[in-house]
Amino acid sequence: MASAPSKLYADDVSLLMVLLDTNPFFWSSSSLPFSVFLSHVLTFLNSILLLNQLNQVVVIATGYNSCSYIYDSSTSTNQGSDNGRMPARCVNLLQKLEEFVIEDEQLIKEGLREGIASSLLSGSLSMALCYIQRVFRSGPLHPQPRILCLQGSSDGPEQYVAIMNAIFSAQRSVVPIDSCYMGSSNSAFLQQASYITGGVYLKPQQPNGLFQYLSTVFATDLHSRAFLQLPKSLGVDFRASCFCHKKTIDMGYICSVCLSIFCKHHKKCSTCGSVFGQAQSDVNSTSNKKRKTPET
Amino acid sequence: MSCRQVVKRASYKSKIKDPGTPGVLTMTENKFVFRPNDPSSAAKLDVEFKHITGHKNTKEGTDKPPWLNLSDKDRSYIFEFGSFHDLHVCRDFVGNALAKSGEAAKASSAAKPTSAAKTTSEKSGVTLPDEQLSTAEMQLRMKLLQEDSELQKLHMQFVISGVLTESEFWATRKKLLDGDSRTKSKQRVGFRSSMILDTKPMTDGRMNKVTFNLTPEIKYQIFALKPAVHQAFLTLVPSKMTEKDFWTKYFRAEYLHSTRNAVAAAAEAAEDEELAIFLKEDAILASEARRKIRRVDPTLDMEADQGDDYTHLPDHGIFRDGSKDVTELQNELYRRTLSQDLNRQGAVVLQGRTVDVDLEDPRTVAEALMQSRRESDESAEQERLDRITRMTEIEDLQEHHDHPVAQLCIKDPRDYFDTQQVNALKTLDDSRTGTEQKKCSLTTEEAYGSLREAISKIKSIGLKNSTVAPEIAITVLNGLTQNISSTKYQLGKNPQDSVLDSLPNKTKEELLHHWISIQELLRHFWSSYPITTTYLSTKVGRLKDAMSQIYRQLEEIKQSDFRHQVSLLVRPMHQALDAAFQHFDADLQKRAARSGGETPNGNS
Repeated sequence: MASAPSKLYADDVSLLMVLLDTNPFFWSSSSLPFSVFLSHVLTFLNSILLLNQLNQVVVIATGYNSCSYIYDSSTSTNQGSDNGRMPARCVNLLQKLEEFVIEDEQLIKEGLREGIASSLLSGSLSMALCYIQRVFRSGPLHPQPRILCLQGSSDGPEQYVAIMNAIFSAQRSVVPIDSCYMGSSNSAFLQQASYITGGVYLKPQQPNGLFQYLSTVFATDLHSRAFLQLPKSLGVDFRASCFCHKKTIDMGYICSVCLSIFCKHHKKCSTCGSVFGQAQSDVNSTSNKKRKTPET
Repeated sequence: MSCRQVVKRASYKSKIKDPGTPGVLTMTENKFVFRPNDPSSAAKLDVEFKHITGHKNTKEGTDKPPWLNLSDKDRSYIFEFGSFHDLHVCRDFVGNALAKSGEAAKASSAAKPTSAAKTTSEKSGVTLPDEQLSTAEMQLRMKLLQEDSELQKLHMQFVISGVLTESEFWATRKKLLDGDSRTKSKQRVGFRSSMILDTKPMTDGRMNKVTFNLTPEIKYQIFALKPAVHQAFLTLVPSKMTEKDFWTKYFRAEYLHSTRNAVAAAAEAAEDEELAIFLKEDAILASEARRKIRRVDPTLDMEADQGDDYTHLPDHGIFRDGSKDVTELQNELYRRTLSQDLNRQGAVVLQGRTVDVDLEDPRTVAEALMQSRRESDESAEQERLDRITRMTEIEDLQEHHDHPVAQLCIKDPRDYFDTQQVNALKTLDDSRTGTEQKKCSLTTEEAYGSLREAISKIKSIGLKNSTVAPEIAITVLNGLTQNISSTKYQLGKNPQDSVLDSLPNKTKEELLHHWISIQELLRHFWSSYPITTTYLSTKVGRLKDAMSQIYRQLEEIKQSDFRHQVSLLVRPMHQALDAAFQHFDADLQKRAARSGGETPNGNS
């Protein structure tokens, strides 16, 4: 990369990783149509790119079976079929998105669909972090990266470990994860992600005003955020999923060696293989369990 | 129960005015017998309790002697006892006996349902575990439930669903059922407005002797009315004179007043200095009056006002009572005017009873009265100062009063957000209607199809000129502002705001209701320990089931958007329930270990 443009990477240049939830099961039941959602998001992406010449936007689609990069403003050229209705980059993005959706549908295995229709958030988070790591290693000067999750589908407890690992690595590399959750109830994963990484968690009350939310809360670069009062979550749902059945639990058993979480008492930790509770008699362990789960 | 029979000395009267026949009253379980001391007297009685329909008695502390009035359909038996203690013993016995005979009557025949009902309602407070409810009691319960919707909710929840039985539910609310005490305790008895100052002496024509009747009540009123007498009592009794001497002196002075002989009063006062205290104008009252004048609005010109009224002019004034007050000036000191007396009486009556002690001992009454007077003095002084500062300020020279407006200042956004905070969370909740998810079950193909359709739709339409309608944009901005102000400064900032108030009404009511239910259940739960009967153990089992149900409901409330605040409130409830569950389990194990005698190594 030439030295002349890299000098221009001031502290207000951002690299925005947008994780777009394309879960068909969510959008077919959502009160906000996917087309309206897309129009708001596209407008928002345009305005981000207009805010600073050096701003960079990468869009990752979070599908039901797979994830994929569908847009990168640094590589895509502005030439294309600009049909007058929308900028060429939007046309490119939509083209890639359509291809992704078709591929995602082909990946689906019949009969595998269960009640919970959660997207592959852990995958897209990991992809975003990988991209950011590559940017970090490209040189001492780079735009300030941040991740914005536009999520609608509910949490998949089976992804708990993967998502938590992604959150902790984002925390380690000081990348804030902002989240805008469109679903009906709050997302515990995204709340924790934003809380741990110092990002903003927002659940829009007016889905029709999504663009207003995005531009008011999520458009500003990290440097300017220090001067703003952004919405903060009052309470964070810190509940964890157990490692054995992937259930979200309030109280459980923790391995004293590796801190794995279980909803039931086990003789042996399935993660690290530590053997617990040999010295304890059976009477004691049952009474102990009763105390922790009194409603049974 | 322990005593099957009560024997007391009493005198029997057939009417209230009757002088009474002294004798011995014997009460047994089903009848009472009166034997007069004079065996020739005809006032012998032998009455069974089942004929008695009601009983009344005089209250202690009134000027009535200890009377017990038992009445049947057409006559009443009045017994006068030697002391109130005797009366209370007999009254309790009669209460029990009537309750039993009333029940017996009900069980044997329903011939006289009304009289039986009356009996049970008057026995007030005696409830037996599996009682047959009388109609009167039932009505009282219905009325209580109607008056208190919360109680009704609890009743519906626990009694109708069978967690508690009717009698268990009411057993913890005996106070409510005791209708008499409910109404009586609310009203405190004040002073009578009649002038006790002129305690009318009784004279009998034959001897030159004047008798004053003095009761603890009158003593107390005298203390309240005349601070000087009160003061004198505290200093003189019992160091200088006995209480009896004191009151004799006081009434001697009163008598002199009543004769309206100022000259004689002056002469007597000159001889006896203690007597003079009572005859002279009350110094404490006078100073109080002066203080009151000081408390009058300083802008009020009394002199000017005096010109406007005519009371000081002859023939327009109020004279004492027709008789002329012609006295020499030097005896003015010993004269009291009626208007002074009236004013003082009115003031004391309005002030009401300030002390709440046993009236029997005048010394304690006097001291308690002193105490209450001192307290009110200090507050009055402060009030006077406040008044003066308020009244003396001249409006034109004052600055304008600051109105509580928080200015919008970009440098310090906190003020602005604080003002926005008030109803932030509530409006947040109201605007949450749009995000409800539709129930929709599409097949995989349909779902993907609709997604592709949406993409192609936007491709064909393109981006619209205005993505967001201005009205929605402004709602979003307002919502965000309120959100920021509510989340950042909500908790623990303002001591007056409780977390509960910030919750939407539905959640709040739900929480409060759960809390009341838990209290009710826990009260029953803990009161049934230690478990001695199988009845109690089944009751505890029922209670535990109901509590664990509420436990789960609380968990569900916690799932709402206000998880953080709600869990703060729910935690103590869970803790209280956990303690109960733990005790239940421990007790169950202990009892199992005890009953299973064949397991010798079953350590608890």
